[in-house]
Amino acid sequence: MLTIKNLKARVEDKEILKGINLEVRAGEIHAIMGPNGSGKSTLASVLAGREDFEVTEGSVEFLGNDLLDMAPEDRAREGVFLAFQYPVEIPGVSTTNFLKTALNQIRQHRGQDPLDAVSFLKLMKEKMKLVEIDQSLINRSLNEGFSGGEKKRNEIFQLAMLEPKLAILDETDSGLDIDALRIVANGVNKLKTKDNATIVVTHYQRLLEYIIPDYVHVLYNGRIVKSGTKELALELEEKGYDWIKDTTATTV
Amino acid sequence: MTQIIDKQSKSALQEAFLRYFENSEKLKEPASSFLYELRKNAIHSFEQSGLPGHKHEEYKYTPITRALDKNFDSQDLSLEEVPNPDLLARIKPWLLTNIDANIVVFINGQFSQEHSKIVSSPQDMILKPLSQAFIENKELVEQHFAKQASIESDAFVALNTAFAQEGLFLHVPKGKVVDKPVLVYFINDTTQRRVIVQPRNLYLIGENSQVDLAESFYTVGENPGYQNIVSEIVVAQHAIANYYKIEIEGQQAYHTGTTQVQQAAQSLFNATTVSLSGAMVRNNLNIALDAEHCETHMFGLYMLDQHTHVDNHTIVDHRLPNSFSNELYKGIMDDHSRGVFNGKIYVRPGAQKTNAFQSNMNILLTDDASIDTKPQLEIWADDVKCSHGATTGQIDAEQLFYLRTRGLKKEQARAILLKAFADDVIQNIKVKPLREQLEHIIAARLEKNYQL
Repeated sequence: MLTIKNLKARVEDKEILKGINLEVRAGEIHAIMGPNGSGKSTLASVLAGREDFEVTEGSVEFLGNDLLDMAPEDRAREGVFLAFQYPVEIPGVSTTNFLKTALNQIRQHRGQDPLDAVSFLKLMKEKMKLVEIDQSLINRSLNEGFSGGEKKRNEIFQLAMLEPKLAILDETDSGLDIDALRIVANGVNKLKTKDNATIVVTHYQRLLEYIIPDYVHVLYNGRIVKSGTKELALELEEKGYDWIKDTTATTV
Repeated sequence: MTQIIDKQSKSALQEAFLRYFENSEKLKEPASSFLYELRKNAIHSFEQSGLPGHKHEEYKYTPITRALDKNFDSQDLSLEEVPNPDLLARIKPWLLTNIDANIVVFINGQFSQEHSKIVSSPQDMILKPLSQAFIENKELVEQHFAKQASIESDAFVALNTAFAQEGLFLHVPKGKVVDKPVLVYFINDTTQRRVIVQPRNLYLIGENSQVDLAESFYTVGENPGYQNIVSEIVVAQHAIANYYKIEIEGQQAYHTGTTQVQQAAQSLFNATTVSLSGAMVRNNLNIALDAEHCETHMFGLYMLDQHTHVDNHTIVDHRLPNSFSNELYKGIMDDHSRGVFNGKIYVRPGAQKTNAFQSNMNILLTDDASIDTKPQLEIWADDVKCSHGATTGQIDAEQLFYLRTRGLKKEQARAILLKAFADDVIQNIKVKPLREQLEHIIAARLEKNYQL
């Protein structure tokens, strides 16, 4: 589904991604872990199409198309979804406000009929239950005055509504208490099918107790320095990131 | 007082106004000596000050005198009525005639009985042309007329006071709550010729009464039109007045207007000024808080495109302690349009415990659009809470990116963000049909420009 080859990206003069290689197939969950500043969030942003980053080398193929060549909205329509680490506040725009337009744009792109108001509401009710989110929250100005947990839950609610093929969760666990973490993880798990894939970007292993990854990759200094299965996450938790730093230092 | 007037820069239109006044029999009619005295003083003041040139502090960003001189001449001062059978059809889309409201229509400055509809009973509210009120409500009118709007402070107020003959007189008696809004339409019909009109309104909101009042300005026709309007609003003790000024003007429409408000104790005054189009528009909103425990809200939206120029000057004058004022003006400038905002807050000595807040936010959509914004706080009391802020920028890139990652086209995301920005002001309009009309017009404009 997603093939990243030798991806290099920089912001201004600073190279952040220094040659990422990653293959994600349908039905898989990949965790990308790494210390702060390793490039995890940059990778997520580059995949979603944030223009602050300049891709200098490499390629990203998504379902046979050149992802890097697409505008953010076209990536979304093709099925890429980014759950933001820091979802932006948008005064005066509620989730319900823009989601219907967004969903129908995506449906149109997939050759489906747009949803009428009644079907849209029905779908919303269903997905709201999935992520245990309150109607009042999605009617309020987006993220304005939301708690950390409410913001993240709202992201997962949108994920549920838009049913992407590839979901990228950028530090979705940060700022979540254990109950909220369970709810969010539960939502993600219920949305999993054999046809979609998830990339979980996280600093800590905790989230991975609830969203069980098929593969774990350790990102350090702009490169994936270690890949393995879920056991790698446990090892990492136990030994800390210094272990990675030490091992990469000796291999260089 | 001696005035040095630079002969070179003297406005031709200014001279025309002075000559016209000199030769007009009608303006000197002794029918009301009260009025004639006012006119005489006003034209004298106007002659002294002259139309404001580009060096005038209050008009330096808005070259209205130059624009008027370019587009109008002495022939435009005498208006002969040319009947226009198509007019009704052309103004109909603008008039909210099918709602339960009082509709008052002025066409080229003349009251139009035919297009007006008064639904409130005379016990609840007196609503009539000012010329009629001068005769029928002489005492009340003479007590308040031209008492607030100062001819010395602004040449256009002086001009209006010298020339005004018609407008709306509204009086809500003590204790009456008018549940049907008053929608006043000032329509310039420039189909056959250029038009200059100077409407004059007097609104007396009696003690413990309540009313919603909207002034809307439209121009029909391709020729230039100019409206120089003055509205005086007296809000008595404990009264509530919601005032709206709506400008959806033609490409050739010029406007100068002063809304002068005086608030008594415990009164509440809400103003919302919305300017969506026109050639050059200047709005003065001056509010005097002449008593304690007054509350005032001023909202403004100017959403401009093409070459439209809109200038909002506001003054809120806290003269006594314990009053509250809040101001939020927002601007969206597209194409070559230009916005000007000047917000003055005065807190007089002794006006302790004043709360006064002001905010002006602007979005520039092109490199050719511009805004000049100037908050001006003058505070002579020492126990007050006052704040002001002005921001100017583009659409927030982070918000735009967020919406695009949800599948919205860039242009759609822009439209959604602009609509939300404008809504902040529009949602303060309490007259629902009026609010919906504006929402509709704004949505249509966003759809046209951004395919929402």
